[in-house]
Amino acid sequence: MSVPNPDGVKSILATDCGSTTTKAILIERKGDEYRLIVRGEAPTTVESPFEDVTKGVLNAVREVEELAGRKILMGETIMTPAKDGEGVDLYVSTSSAGGGLQMMVFGVVKTMTAESAQRAALGAGAIVMDVIASNDGRLPYQKIKRIRQLRPDMILLSGGIDGGTTAHVAELAELLSAADPKARLGAGYLLPVIYAGNKDARQIVRDRLERKTALVITDNLRPVLERENLGPARTQIHDLFMEHVMAHAPGYKKLMEWTLVPIMPTPAAVGRIIETIAREEGIQAIGVDIGGATTDVFSVFQGVFNRTVSANLGMSYSISNVLAETGIDNIMRWVPFRVEDKDIRNRIKNKMIRPTTIPQSLEELMIEQGIAREALRLAFEQHKSLAVGLKGVQQERTISDTFDQTASGETLVSLRDLNMLVGSGGVLSHAPRRQQAALMLIDAFVPECVTHLAVDSIFMMPQLGVLSTVHPKAATEVFKKDCLIHLGTCIAPVGTAKENAECVKVKLEREKGGSEEVSVGFGHMKVLLLGVGESGRVVINPSKGFDVGAGHGKTFETKVEGGVVGLIIDCRGRRPFLLPLSAEERVRKLNEWNKALNVYPERK
Amino acid sequence: MAHAYTPGVTVTARTRLVRERRLPLAGTVLAKVGDEVKAEQVVARTELPGNVQTVNVANILSVLPEDIEGTLTKSVGASLEEGDIFAMSRSFFGLFKSKCKSPTKGTLESISNITGQAILREPPIPVEVHAYVDGKVIEAMEKEGVKVETECSFLQGIFGIGGETWGEIKLLVSKSGEPLDEKSLDAACSGKIVVGGSRVDNSFLVKAVSAGVRGVVVGGIDDKDLRQFLGYDLGVAITGSEEKGISVIITEGFGEMRMAEKTFSLLRSLEGRKASMSGVTQIRAGVMRPEVIVSMDGRVSPSGQKGSVFSALGLEVGSAIRVIREPHFGRLGRVVDLPPELGVLETEAKVRVLEVEFEDGTKTILPRANVEMIEG
Repeated sequence: MSVPNPDGVKSILATDCGSTTTKAILIERKGDEYRLIVRGEAPTTVESPFEDVTKGVLNAVREVEELAGRKILMGETIMTPAKDGEGVDLYVSTSSAGGGLQMMVFGVVKTMTAESAQRAALGAGAIVMDVIASNDGRLPYQKIKRIRQLRPDMILLSGGIDGGTTAHVAELAELLSAADPKARLGAGYLLPVIYAGNKDARQIVRDRLERKTALVITDNLRPVLERENLGPARTQIHDLFMEHVMAHAPGYKKLMEWTLVPIMPTPAAVGRIIETIAREEGIQAIGVDIGGATTDVFSVFQGVFNRTVSANLGMSYSISNVLAETGIDNIMRWVPFRVEDKDIRNRIKNKMIRPTTIPQSLEELMIEQGIAREALRLAFEQHKSLAVGLKGVQQERTISDTFDQTASGETLVSLRDLNMLVGSGGVLSHAPRRQQAALMLIDAFVPECVTHLAVDSIFMMPQLGVLSTVHPKAATEVFKKDCLIHLGTCIAPVGTAKENAECVKVKLEREKGGSEEVSVGFGHMKVLLLGVGESGRVVINPSKGFDVGAGHGKTFETKVEGGVVGLIIDCRGRRPFLLPLSAEERVRKLNEWNKALNVYPERK
Repeated sequence: MAHAYTPGVTVTARTRLVRERRLPLAGTVLAKVGDEVKAEQVVARTELPGNVQTVNVANILSVLPEDIEGTLTKSVGASLEEGDIFAMSRSFFGLFKSKCKSPTKGTLESISNITGQAILREPPIPVEVHAYVDGKVIEAMEKEGVKVETECSFLQGIFGIGGETWGEIKLLVSKSGEPLDEKSLDAACSGKIVVGGSRVDNSFLVKAVSAGVRGVVVGGIDDKDLRQFLGYDLGVAITGSEEKGISVIITEGFGEMRMAEKTFSLLRSLEGRKASMSGVTQIRAGVMRPEVIVSMDGRVSPSGQKGSVFSALGLEVGSAIRVIREPHFGRLGRVVDLPPELGVLETEAKVRVLEVEFEDGTKTILPRANVEMIEG
């Protein structure tokens, strides 16, 4: 099958096979523009007795058929191209089911080639299970044991600049050969290994690995110290993902035959969309996608794109790991009512073993959203620490930059400079009230000064990401008109004081007319209405000791965009942002803030 | 939507199952098609390559990597005992000798003239695969293993720990709602798979291990107790490799959970029979749930009926279901309506719902995601 001419495409079906849910969207051309028509979803069918991902896809598509009143399926397949109003012209899909793409990366120096290799793998949408470097402090037998234990889907081997010493690369290849690693899925095939290191060591690597692995050789991802060349390695990762990993996952062979373009790993697709927004709008942006098994954070600061994945932070399969990593106290601090530790622990474990269930009662929802805050917070912490000194794809560096690289310890992520924070993933996109998504994002990311907030309306960034590779016009139009739900703008003065002390005065002049001025004391939150599509100018006067972007106590004036929540003034303090220590006081404050933002309905 | 696909666990008095018994690496298959095998019987055997140790010969002997071949006193492929000298160099007119000793028993696998390292491989690790269930070999996969078929009673749990084991079923409670009490453990429990009702705690499990109990099947466990027993907080539900000396299967979930009556009565009817059980759980792609298998061994199933493994098309009006999330967690009922339109929950979420009639005749609306199908 070939990709149809974009001009002739009138209907598009795109699916995302997540680890928990399979989501399908139908896009149609209405006049000159592409719009989202309907969305359907169904549980991902990797569990017995189905064990075939296409069943979940078909179920999701059936829901789309019912909602759209349009026939798309012919028996158990998707009809392409469309004919007489039935079927679709283009079908694309992403996937993170089956645990996504799991990789190990190798490099000579941990902070140089190994880090570049890690970036190449992360950018391609992989979960990096471990980074093995010549100087990582582990003994050879420990590294070998680790390689044998982990059973990755694929290995990326890098090391050395072109023309440099080959000895260290040989050592890595020997380690790998001695470990004789096996692939995770399917015992009958060789583990794919991509070599993207010193070109002079290619024959050495071939001699050691060609017989034991499915070796692919590509351009060095760090040909010289000052420059990365991650593109070829990423392309190889995508190709091998399709060829080896997807082909061995239950039902994927069939799915691959249906799609007109290669199935893309979900995170790679989301990254593509986030990068596009930041580039087109010229802004500093953070995107987060919280799924059932993993949480991905994407950031673009100073034009540099970074992605990290927290492999075991998620809201279903990995929910118990959030508890294990953060501790029960950190989860309890977000729950706005008294509940026993034991109760929360059991609820979390029950969600882990029955990952597709959803909160039915308000209390369950509040607990789950509390856990989400911690999953998001931990994932963001990891992102900040991994995005230290990272430079993006094919970024030119000076020698001094190279030495600065991780040694400086400074993250590229600057919350003060952040213009836009976009949330995606079930717990954010499906939150019954958008206020819930807004507050989860604020509590987890603790944005400073002035930040615009948005969520992926119905979790379709992955589908639009893959669509943008074949039909950028449709992807961009739907993204702008149907995907993003603007929540509003958060104003958060940086500083701290005693409760009720004067913190900030905000004057909002709405563009459509009318103005409003409020004063908010420390420890409180307030919302000014500024609807979707509306904008205004704000004059923010922080008290002495507080900074909103212009310096301590200095007035800051800027344009703000509205949203379904409005203009959120968050005076709960920054650097540090602390919750009351006493349980009683904490519950009182949480309820006060929830009320200020109208986050939850009244509890019965 | 006429039906929805809903996961479920199987509890059936009689079915036919095939279990694949595969080696991790090619080896020798010891059973052939048609053989009647017992659970404890070894059906395939292999040896995993031993662990690897590296020795930097060039550094130790102070020679260049390209020269290490000339220093070898044992050839590549030779067997070595721990302490054996396998490379040596002479310096200062042959007066001083530097030696490389093997840090382990094994073989000299390879040397590298680029890194100057020698790779020594420890002796192979023997691996045996048991039949796991009493049954008949229906397929032998050359060098890989066998498929064993058995006619059996079959129960899946929702979560487990520990690997495969087998033993006689022994009930330690009289009702499905009764928790396991460590006082009920005695010498007669040794080698058995014991069955409880609603809950097991850490002290029971600790005592059961010392009493020689092989497995525990029970409705629920508090997370606190699981954590105490394992010694760590379980992050993801991928289990089976725990080496605690016992396998545990939870049939309902975490907390105090009355074992489903059907599960309990089936286990009761199988008391005294030999069961195979596995706590292996993997809640990810290729989901694996823990299981108890009691082979028929030519007998009529306890209930005298022939059941079938759950293979439902999906939820339909009349389907028997169990609620798998609060607020009605664990309750059983039948689907009375599958409205096509979305329903609104207390959380204000709009989701696909169903109407269920519980066993006591009361009806309620539930999210479809929060029920699992059970056999009617």
